[in-house]
Amino acid sequence: MDYATLLQILDSTLRLATPLLLACLAGLFSERAGIFDIGLEGKMLMAAMASGAVAALSGSVWLGLCAGIGASLVLAALHGIASITFRGNQLIAGVALNFVASGVTVLIAQRMFGQGGRTPPLTGDARFNPLTLPFAEELRGVPVLGPLYAEVISGHSILVYLALALVPLSWWVLYRTRFGLRLRAVGENPASVDTAGVSVVALRYAAVAITGVLCGLAGAYMATALQAGFGREMTAGRGYIALAALIFAKWRPWAALWATLLFGFFQALALRPDVVEAVLRFKVPVPALDALPYVLTVLVLAGFVGKAIPPRAGGQPYVKER
Amino acid sequence: MTLIHKLLGAAATLALTSGVAAAEPAVIFDLGGKFDKSFNEAAFNGATRWATETGGTFKELEMQSEAQREQALRRLAEAGSNPIVMTGFAFGDVLNQVAPDFPDTKFAIIDMVVEQPNVKSVVFTEHEGSYLVGMMAGLASTSATVGFIGGMDIPLIRRFGCGYAQGVVAANPDAKVILNMTGTTPAAWNDPVKGAELAKSQKSQGADVIYAAAGGTGIGVLQAAADEGILSIGVDSNQNYLFPGKVLTSMLKRVDNAVYDAFTEGTEMTGGITVKDLKSEGVGYALDEHNAALVTPEMKAAVDAAAAKIISGELVVHDYMSDNTCPAATF
Repeated sequence: MDYATLLQILDSTLRLATPLLLACLAGLFSERAGIFDIGLEGKMLMAAMASGAVAALSGSVWLGLCAGIGASLVLAALHGIASITFRGNQLIAGVALNFVASGVTVLIAQRMFGQGGRTPPLTGDARFNPLTLPFAEELRGVPVLGPLYAEVISGHSILVYLALALVPLSWWVLYRTRFGLRLRAVGENPASVDTAGVSVVALRYAAVAITGVLCGLAGAYMATALQAGFGREMTAGRGYIALAALIFAKWRPWAALWATLLFGFFQALALRPDVVEAVLRFKVPVPALDALPYVLTVLVLAGFVGKAIPPRAGGQPYVKER
Repeated sequence: MTLIHKLLGAAATLALTSGVAAAEPAVIFDLGGKFDKSFNEAAFNGATRWATETGGTFKELEMQSEAQREQALRRLAEAGSNPIVMTGFAFGDVLNQVAPDFPDTKFAIIDMVVEQPNVKSVVFTEHEGSYLVGMMAGLASTSATVGFIGGMDIPLIRRFGCGYAQGVVAANPDAKVILNMTGTTPAAWNDPVKGAELAKSQKSQGADVIYAAAGGTGIGVLQAAADEGILSIGVDSNQNYLFPGKVLTSMLKRVDNAVYDAFTEGTEMTGGITVKDLKSEGVGYALDEHNAALVTPEMKAAVDAAAAKIISGELVVHDYMSDNTCPAATF
């Protein structure tokens, strides 16, 4: 494997890891506040449809992005009402939202555009186009680092850089602000937060809303940057891979970045079976490469690679007085 | 009381006879979806053409999951639809079980051979059509590297890839063909994001013409190729119009004619295997105003000469499915 091939795989890794990273951070906020969210997939799908549709109609990708975040927030609010206000089962609410999103997206897109649940192809300003970072071409001549900067780091859409910037921001919010401390506390021991006079319900709603925004970004990235339009079931299980990455990362922001990059790297490797064969000197079936993220997650859950302990109050609706 | 009985009986008979008289044909689309702009959409276009020409109506059903196949087939047959046309090899096993239970219903299956007396199997010689577009790719490529992206890794799709590779090598013996499959499950027919990533990775390996035989996934391939400024080749339907000036040509597979013929024959349909080849215009390549600027007269002459040779039998394109090997490529 030569350096250019490695760079190409890393470039592909970054593109494929971005929706996983955004969804993983989304799940992180929700689960750290004690709300399990199986519905990441559904929120992403809804956001992808809304952003694709609005971008196609308005010709502006920014309006599309806002619509995507809005649609995802609606689903997040439903999840919040079901699991916080009415104290329903969080897992079932999440699964239900996935089913709703799977059907409603196709229904709306078909009703609006009549193209079989697909939104029209986006062009020009209706799409997030790749950004060339400053000095990318000038630095290309620098050995090793130049091509790395020009090929891998430069040339992505703005949402990729936003997703990367959200990692330190999430860390700062969770570990260095009062809001973050309370949010983590509400996922571990909501009664103590309540005793301190802070509203558990408000905190959990805030967390679920952040999840909605992040899933909205993930969905919009898929429909308006990776692809040029929404297609039926286009998220293809990425919401579930993000949940696996969240467990792998043990509910921590920086680890979430590495976990999603690793999973993205496996996905990129699965696209290049010839490279894998050349490096390992034997043929690895592509499905085995596709399954690697799940195998790793099972290993983590089984306790082979450290211990993954979920937030203690996760999955339990908070009842003020018993 | 008896009067009511008689009336009810008469009404029931009337309902039954009207039900028989209105035996509608039906078409079932596979998981790629009715509007995949490719395989299933071609079937839909054929059915629509029949409906507009005859003024008839037809039932249609779109598969959402693997588990629905048998249920869908039985329900349509029980409801009296006749004939029932289904697209895709994946119906093969199910149809083999269901067809004997409805001996009076005629079935037609595309892309698969099912040996039952009331089943008509329509197969296409995709390797011949793919050979022609492969030649065109070989002639259009300046880097002497071309790509192929298949949908689900099944012998049928390898037949596309194998015919294509033979065509490329025939046009340019030094050319390299990069072959990739999207996946091994039916989800591979509808994963445009993965298709786009595969196209980008093939471009980075030097490919400048990419042939997508992947149903709905192909849209992602064509999109990525257009974004990256390289050429692509569409499949099944004429996809030249999707990205005018960026799609070199499309390998036509006249699924629409197969559905149209089956509907026209109606309940008189005979069983057996129908092979739609280059000679009977079952496969071919697309030339229209959207790709006219890309296809040079030399390319057209070379490809048409090869087509004439295939039709006359002078040139035989190896069929991957005949012995599961390919002389021009390894899968």
